[in-house]
Amino acid sequence: MSNNNKNYTLMDAKKAEEIVRSNVKKRRRKDIVLKSIGQFAIFVALSFLVFLFVSIFAKGIPGFFQHYVTLEVNLDQKRLDPKGDLSPDSLYSGDARKLVLEALYKEINPKGRKQKKAAKKILSSNAEIRVAQMVLENPSLLGKTIPITFALDDDIDSFLRGYIKRDTPESDRRINNTVIKFVDVLVEKKLVNYKFSDYILSGSASRSPEIAGVKGALIGSILTLFVCFILSFPIGVATAIYLEGFAAKNRITEIIEININNLAAVPSVVFGILGLAIFIGVFGMPRSIPLVGGMVLGIMTLPTIIISSRAAISAVPPSILDAAYGVGASKLQTMFHHVIPLAIPGMLTGTIIGMARALGETAPLLMIGMVAFIVDIPNSIQEPATVLPVQIFMWADFAERMFVNKTSSATIILLVFLILMNGVAIFLRNKLERRW
Amino acid sequence: MVIMNYNNNNMDIETKTIGNIFTENPKITSRNVNVFYHDKQAINNVSLDISSKEIISLIGPSGCGKSTFLRCFNRMNDTIDGCKVEGNIVLDDQDIYHPSVDVVPLRAKIGMVFQKPNPFPKSIYDNVAYGPKIHGLASTKDELDSIVELSLKNAGLWNEVKDRLQSPGTGLSGGQQQRLCIARAIAVSPEIILMDEPCSALDPIATAKIEELIHQLGKNYSIVIVTHSMQQAARVSQRTAYFHLGELIEVGLTKQIFTTPQDKQTEAYISGRIG
Repeated sequence: MSNNNKNYTLMDAKKAEEIVRSNVKKRRRKDIVLKSIGQFAIFVALSFLVFLFVSIFAKGIPGFFQHYVTLEVNLDQKRLDPKGDLSPDSLYSGDARKLVLEALYKEINPKGRKQKKAAKKILSSNAEIRVAQMVLENPSLLGKTIPITFALDDDIDSFLRGYIKRDTPESDRRINNTVIKFVDVLVEKKLVNYKFSDYILSGSASRSPEIAGVKGALIGSILTLFVCFILSFPIGVATAIYLEGFAAKNRITEIIEININNLAAVPSVVFGILGLAIFIGVFGMPRSIPLVGGMVLGIMTLPTIIISSRAAISAVPPSILDAAYGVGASKLQTMFHHVIPLAIPGMLTGTIIGMARALGETAPLLMIGMVAFIVDIPNSIQEPATVLPVQIFMWADFAERMFVNKTSSATIILLVFLILMNGVAIFLRNKLERRW
Repeated sequence: MVIMNYNNNNMDIETKTIGNIFTENPKITSRNVNVFYHDKQAINNVSLDISSKEIISLIGPSGCGKSTFLRCFNRMNDTIDGCKVEGNIVLDDQDIYHPSVDVVPLRAKIGMVFQKPNPFPKSIYDNVAYGPKIHGLASTKDELDSIVELSLKNAGLWNEVKDRLQSPGTGLSGGQQQRLCIARAIAVSPEIILMDEPCSALDPIATAKIEELIHQLGKNYSIVIVTHSMQQAARVSQRTAYFHLGELIEVGLTKQIFTTPQDKQTEAYISGRIG
């Protein structure tokens, strides 16, 4: 009986303290374990990120530069401008190529047909166009002999970067010994220099990596995103306002809500198929144009915008609604005078995040033909175009060595754009945010 | 409990309420009001008159339905999902729950002040000017300026804010914010002001100022005030209505309710035994 009673008495204070203290150690150990697991997870994630960035930048930064050769070209008026009217027609039919090659021959002195053939491989095929363009822009150059820098062919560029090794057997090399000899001569004469590429930002799609650039894809991306924004922002925000502020809460709105949430999780390629079937199949719109691409991305972005806008609207404190209704504001006035001004930062953030996702999207655009090889820079949303991620996808597929660097360079440009857009989102949010 | 039958305006009223629910010159007459939140009944058969330029306080323990009843008068319950109001509330011979009634002019006529001060995140000026603007009460800027000035003066806030009308209303102290909300309510020239525990978030000094203000406003407006503080009810109101579990138990002159309550529950609440 007395034993039984003892069980019911409270523990001695000192003993309790001891037990608590021993427990504390155990508990603290658990805390430390959990903390270190978390830190390890963050470390792994960060190291992947660092690895990704290092590899992209290591390849991509050299992609922004390339080797050039400077040659003294005699801009002979008769041969450059056979018709003599300085029209583009005349200039492009002129013999710019011969003049450039003559300037090159003067430096390296090729002997015979074979050596001349090898010498022709040194310069980019773009050299003659460059001369014609220079003259077109500044006709006063005609008749003068001036130094002009030309891009070297991508194989020579690869060789100068060390991607093509001198000690590889000649039969396995993309350039033969004669060409290497000529390049050595040019290097010795200090005519070759390595500088920021003229083409990566202002060039358009090309099979020759030394003159390929992202301008066409960049403008295509901007046009596509423009269409996407014009379509998805008003519709998305209007849907959110209606669903949050005006729609009755019944089965129909519930079904709509579930469907919107489901749409946000639909794989993007499905939207591409939808666009292909409806815009191109039913409405007969042309393929590869930013208008269709933007509409497809717009539909894809809609759920994101609707969901984030609704969240922003419902985050407005109900006391503000009470205040507005209390002084007799109608539903519309309450919405437009009080709720939307408070919700707009959230709406914009959601929209820009949705647009950033659309900017990086490739799959749906492949479905509607924006993967075509398009050299011309698009001037309107109705002209065929491609977009940055698709350009990256295409370059990654090309065999030439220099496209490896170009792919990473284009990725950097895409990342810069994404960071800019997110920066704008943060700026707008901070600027428009009002505290209450 | 006694069931009393009154005959008023050719309408038979069945009510369990003790005391006189009628007034001589009613501004609002409510008859057999029931309020439901989905299936739950929050207000059970409440009838009460409110006369013009009187201050009546609604007291009772938490969840007794006094705030719900208050929000019936300007149809603020409409904004709550699943809330259904039955019965008859007449304001100046107009049934305010009639389908043809627009809540906008109704709410312009019945101002409301809430428990937590809720100024708009705008300037002090815009807070007060908002109501007159949306209702088109001022045609010129000068008119609007004078409405804002008078409203702030009547709310006893003018001297404190006249030099910073463009600074945000949310930057004021709690008591000042609540007076700003009162100024916002009276700026649209209402006839009735509903106050839902206007002092519960304020310190005693701010509370004293608001009570003084309520006293002043009572000369020009009908004021229905919900309060948890019996002292406040005793200080500011002429009549008091005691609610319990969705029913109006007893109504009468404040003096009489606090000194000689007729009902046992009322007495228990007032003496602090329930609530």
